[in-house]
Amino acid sequence: MTELYTTIIGLEVHVQLATASKLFCGCSTRFGAEPNTQTCPVCTGLPGTLPVMNRHAFELALQTAVALNCEIPAFTKWDRKQYYYPDLPKNYQISQYDLPMSQHGHLDISDPKGGFEPKRVRILRAHLEEDAGKSLHDEIAGKGDSLIDLNRTGTPLLEIVSEPDMRSSLEAKTFLNELKLLLTYIGVSDCNMQEGSLRVDANVNLHIDTPQGKVATPIVEIKNMNSFRAVERALDYEAQRQWREWQETKRKLGDAPKQTRGWDDVAGVTRGQRSKEESSDYRYFPDPDLVPVTTTSTEVDSIRQSLGELPATLRNRLETDFSLSAYDADVLIKQGRPIVDYYFVVAEESGDTKAAANWVTQDILRTLKDLNTTIDAIPVPAAALADLIRKIKSGDVPSPRAREVFQAMVENRCDVAAAMEKLGIAAVDESELFALCQKLLAANPKTIADVRAGKVQAIGAIIGQAKKQNPNVDPTRIREICLQLIEAAP
Amino acid sequence: MVLTDLSAAEHLRNLESGSISSVELTQAYLDRIEAVEKKVDAFLRIDGDRALQQAAEVDAKHAKRQPLGRLAGLPIAIKDILCERGQTTTCASRMLEHFRPPYDATAITRLRAADAVFLGRTNMDEFAMGGSTESSAYKVTRNPWDLERSPGGSSGGSAAAVAAGMAPFAIGTDTGGSIRQPAGLCGVVGMKPTYGRVSRYGLVAYASSLDQIGAFGQSVEDAALLLESIAGHDPRDSTSLNVPVPPYSQTVNKPLANVRIGWVREHFGPGLDSEVEAAIRAALEVYKSLGATLHEISLPHSKYAVATYYVIAPSEASSNLARYDGVHFGYRTDENEMLAELAADRKRLETGGDKIGLDRLDSALVRMYRRTRAEGFGPEVKRRIMLGTYALSAGYYDAYYLKALKVRRLIRQDFDQAFAKVDLIAGPITPAPAFKIGEMAGDPLALYLVDIYTVSANLAGIPGLCLPCGQSKTGLPIGLQLQAPALEEDRLLRGARMYEQATHWHKNRAMI
Ligand SMILES: [Zn+2]
Repeated sequence: MTELYTTIIGLEVHVQLATASKLFCGCSTRFGAEPNTQTCPVCTGLPGTLPVMNRHAFELALQTAVALNCEIPAFTKWDRKQYYYPDLPKNYQISQYDLPMSQHGHLDISDPKGGFEPKRVRILRAHLEEDAGKSLHDEIAGKGDSLIDLNRTGTPLLEIVSEPDMRSSLEAKTFLNELKLLLTYIGVSDCNMQEGSLRVDANVNLHIDTPQGKVATPIVEIKNMNSFRAVERALDYEAQRQWREWQETKRKLGDAPKQTRGWDDVAGVTRGQRSKEESSDYRYFPDPDLVPVTTTSTEVDSIRQSLGELPATLRNRLETDFSLSAYDADVLIKQGRPIVDYYFVVAEESGDTKAAANWVTQDILRTLKDLNTTIDAIPVPAAALADLIRKIKSGDVPSPRAREVFQAMVENRCDVAAAMEKLGIAAVDESELFALCQKLLAANPKTIADVRAGKVQAIGAIIGQAKKQNPNVDPTRIREICLQLIEAAP
Repeated sequence: MVLTDLSAAEHLRNLESGSISSVELTQAYLDRIEAVEKKVDAFLRIDGDRALQQAAEVDAKHAKRQPLGRLAGLPIAIKDILCERGQTTTCASRMLEHFRPPYDATAITRLRAADAVFLGRTNMDEFAMGGSTESSAYKVTRNPWDLERSPGGSSGGSAAAVAAGMAPFAIGTDTGGSIRQPAGLCGVVGMKPTYGRVSRYGLVAYASSLDQIGAFGQSVEDAALLLESIAGHDPRDSTSLNVPVPPYSQTVNKPLANVRIGWVREHFGPGLDSEVEAAIRAALEVYKSLGATLHEISLPHSKYAVATYYVIAPSEASSNLARYDGVHFGYRTDENEMLAELAADRKRLETGGDKIGLDRLDSALVRMYRRTRAEGFGPEVKRRIMLGTYALSAGYYDAYYLKALKVRRLIRQDFDQAFAKVDLIAGPITPAPAFKIGEMAGDPLALYLVDIYTVSANLAGIPGLCLPCGQSKTGLPIGLQLQAPALEEDRLLRGARMYEQATHWHKNRAMI
């Protein structure tokens, strides 16, 4: 009896929005400040204080929701999610429950390496909420003391919840990469996982084909994944664990409550977390301190227009209008909008989209890495690179020395002509090449005989001598001319 | 005439003319406090030195002809629920016994800008939950008209202070009648403005969608003056209304012409004391004699108002008071005792081999929460937190909280329909005059029913005012409640003032 299973994955992503101040007070959101220095009576929940919504945070959330193709309801409200925790000073979190600020969107994903068929992942909802603080447990002292830092309390978070539309850890990772790319493109978040600007929880279970039909295993929520790589590993581990558990217990969805498991990155396993029954009732109700927020369709339209080209559109344009492979388009898109814009100039001015892509994805990216700089500070402007590509094509720059020329342009911050002069490279014209080949063939009759006898590789010796006499010659061209001369000779 | 019998508006005229200084006036009130406070217990804290210093500063400004605030030099008593930077604010709770806010409530900022002189903080029901001021963790305030009786609540301290002549006017808050009801029982003027008229920033929340700061005074003029000084939009309160504040004190003495007064059929049912009913009917006749027309109206859903209020207010309270957990501020249980208790519990369970009990044993954090809240809150606060927690729980939310919101909408619609026919609604403030202290102690429900005429205004968000309109045979004050449509405080004050000027009730003082 063979049983096959499908892994069903849904993701919940918390994104910290790039506002200067918190969601409901004026405190700074800067990361890394001394504990409890970015707090005020409002975000520490002092009696009598009241929240006031940060309009900028709401706008960033709207931008994200529109970019995720979500519906934006005309009316949204704030709710209190109530639970007791020391890093939540009011013992409730201001969040959104039944009327989120956006819902029913989607994000398309694909794998340039063909790991899965391109697919659309539906977004269930995206809502705004305030972050909690941080509890630092002093376990070293062994006294069980905890310290609380409220700097993060009240930072605006957008919670993006996907439908369970992903079927592998690769799809999940691709979704996260694509989401991060989108958020970075529209500039709503820095998506720094180390600093907690982007946090991921995953819901996963298996759909198993059995002779009795399809059976679902209990859903597990995985937490504590600190990188996309960790998400991928945790999902792979969890799918296998659930498969083993199914074989042992035959426990189905509904037989056990939803379980929360934490990912241990060092051990490479998920572990069950103690979940108290009473924590499940958050007693949500509308926050009477805040007024509902309304959004008009005109506002949504103007946001849509202000977003500019999103990664999916750009990717499509690179593949169709610039004839790039999915792989090249993907590499370019992932570098961010400024590099894509640089590429557009190089491609358009050089007239060779493919060569432009090769130069940008290889030499330009390597140079950025070597110089530890950004595209706007690169020593080779797009127009100069385009010029180089044009001159290689026309033969003005001998192609074997093109990389040397590029390197000289980088080092001396100069144009193609100056770089060639520095390197002492001069273009060799056809008549010179012909003369050189004729001279060398005349001096090497054995080579002619060898070639005629079918040993074409004998030309190599001639090429070597030609390069010694003039380093600027193009070996391919020498080979072509020699063969042509030998064939034409009586 | 005794100086402290004058109203705030009358004092203000004397201060402006220079016939009295703020220091003299403040000293007169401090002397009066010295004389009667031990009988009344209206205040939680009195800071005479600070008051005299503030008064001297106002006098100095006056002497130098510097610009003065609207309330320049007037002493005021403030309910102990408004935060003031560096000043203890307890809400009459053990939980906040030593709490000193690092910031000012907007109303405090505005009173300070108006150059008012702060006499001290008045007693109240704990966290404003109650109608008798008996749930205060610190003291029981007595009604100056009869010291065996309650001043009402929750702003009973402010009402009693004004009634006893210990302050010309005072700040209170009204969530379900907490200004109007004690004003009625103490024979002074009390006003709750439209929800959103006065910023709630710095008002320690009981029920956020109902709480509103308001005024007590010896006369309607006082209420107008005080409201004008504290009202207005505040960007720090999202629910505060961004509309201009009319100059109430300038218009309050203009009577309303051809005013249509509505009286509510449902207000005159069983349970209404006959003396109270007679006083209200007499008041309606006074209006008639002043050119008003009387109209019978119906508020059909008002019978559900108390039930609705006691779902919504506790629900919000259960959430607003969750922050008092001993972690960040306020009272915290003794940690050593708590840990010892926990260790003893553990030992007992271990000895008994009670594995389930051990598994369910509190963590130190949870035990700290439990003990802190058990020790820091009084029984009425706990009762309302439990009611609200229950009403918001999964499975009960729709039946209680959501249904209450729907009824609230119907109550609001009742008023909208009524105000299409009348300009003001007049009626009783409580079913009977002041009750005896302790009379309601064993029966919370009986005390909740005292709110029957007041809670509707909070649920509908409309302004309401109570002013004296009679006395019982036993010498207790009887109050007349007036209600107006949202933001029509000007109409409400003028309507009340025209009655006040035609009668003498507001001139009666408690003999103490
Ligand atoms: Zn803050």
